[in-house]
Amino acid sequence: MSENGFEPKIVAFVCNWCSYGGADIAGNQRMNYSPNVTLVRVMCSGRVDPEFVLEALRDGADGVMILGCHPGDCHYIEGNYRTLKRYNMLKPLLKQFNIEENRVVLDWVSASEGEKFARVVQAMNERITQLGPLNWDKVSSER
Amino acid sequence: MSEKPKIGIYWCSSCGGCEEALVDLNEAILDVVAAVDIVFWPVAMDFKYDDVRKMKDGEMLASFINGGVRLSEQEDIVKLLRRKSQLIFAFGSCAHMGGIPGLANMNDRETVFNRVYREMESNDNPEGIVPETESLVNGKYKAELPEFYNSVYPLDKIIDVDYTIPGCAPQPQTILDAFTAILEGKLPEKGSVLAPNKSLCDTCPRKDTKPDKLTIDVFRRPHLYDKLDDGRCFLEAGIICMGPATRSGCGERCINANMPCRGCYGPPDDVKDQGVRMMSALASIIQPDEEEDIQKVLETLPDRIVPFYMYGLPRSILFRRKMNK
Amino acid sequence: MAEKHISISPVTRLEGHGNIEIFLNDEGNVEHAFLQVPELRGFEKFSEGRPAEEMPRITPKICGVCPTAHHMASQKALDDLFKTEPPSTAKKVRELMYSAFMIEDHALHFYFLGGPDFIVGPDAPKGSRNILGVIDKVGLDIGKNVIKNRKQCREIITTLGGRVIHPVSGLPGGVSKALSKEDQEKFKQYADEVIEFGQFTIQAFKDIVLKNEDYVKIITSDPYTHKTYYMGLVDEDNRVNFYDGKIRVVDPEGKEFLKFDVREFKDHISEHVEKWSYIKFPFLKKVGWKGFIDGKNSGVYRVAPLARLNASDGLATPLAQKEYDFMYETLGGKPVHHTLAFHWARVIELLYAAERLKELVNDPDITNTDIRNIPDKTPTEGTGVVEAPRGTLIHNYVTDEIGVIKKANLIVATVNNAAAITMSVEKAAKGVIKNFKVDDGLLNMVEMAFRAYDPCFACATHSLPGNMPLKVKIFAPDMTVFDVIERK
Ligand code: SF4
Ligand code: SF4
Ligand code: SF4
Ligand code: FES
Repeated sequence: MSENGFEPKIVAFVCNWCSYGGADIAGNQRMNYSPNVTLVRVMCSGRVDPEFVLEALRDGADGVMILGCHPGDCHYIEGNYRTLKRYNMLKPLLKQFNIEENRVVLDWVSASEGEKFARVVQAMNERITQLGPLNWDKVSSER
Repeated sequence: MSEKPKIGIYWCSSCGGCEEALVDLNEAILDVVAAVDIVFWPVAMDFKYDDVRKMKDGEMLASFINGGVRLSEQEDIVKLLRRKSQLIFAFGSCAHMGGIPGLANMNDRETVFNRVYREMESNDNPEGIVPETESLVNGKYKAELPEFYNSVYPLDKIIDVDYTIPGCAPQPQTILDAFTAILEGKLPEKGSVLAPNKSLCDTCPRKDTKPDKLTIDVFRRPHLYDKLDDGRCFLEAGIICMGPATRSGCGERCINANMPCRGCYGPPDDVKDQGVRMMSALASIIQPDEEEDIQKVLETLPDRIVPFYMYGLPRSILFRRKMNK
Repeated sequence: MAEKHISISPVTRLEGHGNIEIFLNDEGNVEHAFLQVPELRGFEKFSEGRPAEEMPRITPKICGVCPTAHHMASQKALDDLFKTEPPSTAKKVRELMYSAFMIEDHALHFYFLGGPDFIVGPDAPKGSRNILGVIDKVGLDIGKNVIKNRKQCREIITTLGGRVIHPVSGLPGGVSKALSKEDQEKFKQYADEVIEFGQFTIQAFKDIVLKNEDYVKIITSDPYTHKTYYMGLVDEDNRVNFYDGKIRVVDPEGKEFLKFDVREFKDHISEHVEKWSYIKFPFLKKVGWKGFIDGKNSGVYRVAPLARLNASDGLATPLAQKEYDFMYETLGGKPVHHTLAFHWARVIELLYAAERLKELVNDPDITNTDIRNIPDKTPTEGTGVVEAPRGTLIHNYVTDEIGVIKKANLIVATVNNAAAITMSVEKAAKGVIKNFKVDDGLLNMVEMAFRAYDPCFACATHSLPGNMPLKVKIFAPDMTVFDVIERK
């Protein structure tokens, strides 16, 4: 939590086959990752439609993470390559909407990388805390 | 008094093209005019707001409203029309999705004012005057201007909309089909968009040349591509064509002029955000897998707002750009 | 003192919206009046960041009544931006499409928008001052003929431009679609018919308007007269040209005052800003902004049909040239300052466009398929001009080296007339509102003053989306609102 009491809301889309396992380990080992992260389990990072990301931001998330298997390890072979492409396509759009670059991140976390999971989430938390709230409802409701 | 159904037509933040589309019904407009009583149509007839205020609630069968909503005054009138009409039709891309004027959601009032009144190279405005909502003309005559919203709104963000007639402007056939449905009492489920629920690609004359497995290794810009008229699917050549994420029904007008679709008919029913759906589809078929190479392909795309949100920025999930305050 | 307020809201039959405010003095006569355009859209701003080649598809949405004009000015600005001259056939195809557009647009105005005042009569009941009233007066056959000719012209635009409302074929260095031989044959026939239609329209104007002494009196009356500068595009023989040429300005005596390439427009045109209107007021830089006054010392100028005829030495086609001569003979020589003569000039231009259409469609080159040159130069800045039905239209774009818009500047047809329209409204109001006497017919005459310009506030307010109704408010000397006449 920052001095001004801002507690970022983060949505993390995690792939069932690897990153979710990573999150599980992190949880079991009580590694110190923030509780303000809402995990959304998906079958593959390739299922994370960019529409979901935008909806999360619109509906109040201050940041969005997409976590998938390492390149080459995707259960559905190409899913995470597709994610990589869509993510790269989406980033400049977010920039055009003037949404700070670091609010949406993609990373690879395997089922055994509990420690990495905790680390990327922690880093995300710090970044978003620094950026402050997104408040998209305010952005779009101001007549 | 006639027993014919009463119809109202109104424009909000519109270019007038939607009204022209009605005139383009040509002889058919005479049949429509014979079947209904147009009781309010500011652009073509001398009737005033007060005539509408005096009507009973629900007195009009239907009002057709084109243009997005930008001013409080427009909000008032469309709310008035909502009360006085049994059915509200959002008419055209602007009412449906914000349309091209909705690109203004990339800016706000202030940035527009600065550009238009303060910075414009051809201005002669040393004192930096900008229009004000209240001012004095010649030092004594009080003049008022309405205030603008910071955003352009599709009609259904302001009032309840019963049906949508899509297109910029709607194709005459789309309009006639809608009129026929109204007059014959054959309207579909409330909330429907009155055009086929398939993609433009399904009806496109170039569809046979659309490869089963498309891949993209470069995005080409239409003015730099010398074979626009070869009759082949634009996407095959890396020219962005919104066909896959756009509803059919326009008569493939742009394609017939050898130009790619820009999506004015809006997305089919299941698509929430036309632009991001198209971007996501295109991203998935980018050829290379390495991040660096992906970047190189994406660099050939100078803007995402146009073409992906050319007609539908205010309909998109994010609705508008965040401004720096 | 009682509430005193007159409002017409919205003012009808013009494209877009506006407000008229009228102030009375102690005697109940008009002391001051002005036209407000309470709307703004933002095209110049939100064009920034867009790929330049999309501008011919974006800017037409400034106005759905004259989208072809914006489409044309935009693609010409792109030719200049990418330094790519289109093949001669492409230019002809563009001008063919453009001629068809001028015809249908002028016909729209004459029969649907401004014309009803004249044809049906300014004092006719409100329910009949519209196209249906026109059809009643001139007969259903003729009504159908109007519709048919407009339809054929619009078919030409659709065929060449893909869409008639917001065409899409324009590219830097040419057009995306060639004219086929079959279409050419069909259009040849349309061209013959449309010339007849043009002649018929002029005859209708003469029969209904010129043969009616009252109308002629109104046209030539002082309330509808302003001595201003006039601007229009001319070819190398100083004849009117809608598609290309140099911008020529004549002074209130009709002498050439300026002739310049559109790239120099910023040297000659400046835009004045007022707090009480979202529209800007262009004026001639050399003369300067002196306020809303006419005469040689005021930088106010006018554009659109009458201005074009005044700013030229003639028309390039024979039938139209004859009508040109006849108009100036009848109205006492050049230049003509009567605002309502814009209607006359408009039908003459309609005939010119019809003749030009015929020339182009019969040009043996017109079906050539060499219609594009592909740009290969680095873009920086480009400017394009056409004569829109409502006057000189300029698009100016500055881009980065890959052709993404950095700055856009649009001087739009109706905006050129903004100052003059305000002046005309004031003068007309002064002429027709006397001793606190205001009625429906009189107010319509005030509206007539600006309808003559065929003003398009959709265009004029290309700067932020939003349309407004046009209102007339009349204020008593103590600044209270004078009366409420809601046309009953
Ligand atoms: S939908 Fe198109 S034609 Fe209709 S008002 Fe909007 S821009 Fe104009
Ligand atoms: S992508 Fe465009 S050109 Fe290709 S089939 Fe679809 S609509 Fe036609
Ligand atoms: S092709 Fe696309 S942009 Fe063109 S009219 Fe049809 S839907 Fe609209
Ligand atoms: S299964 Fe984990 S990214 Fe595809």
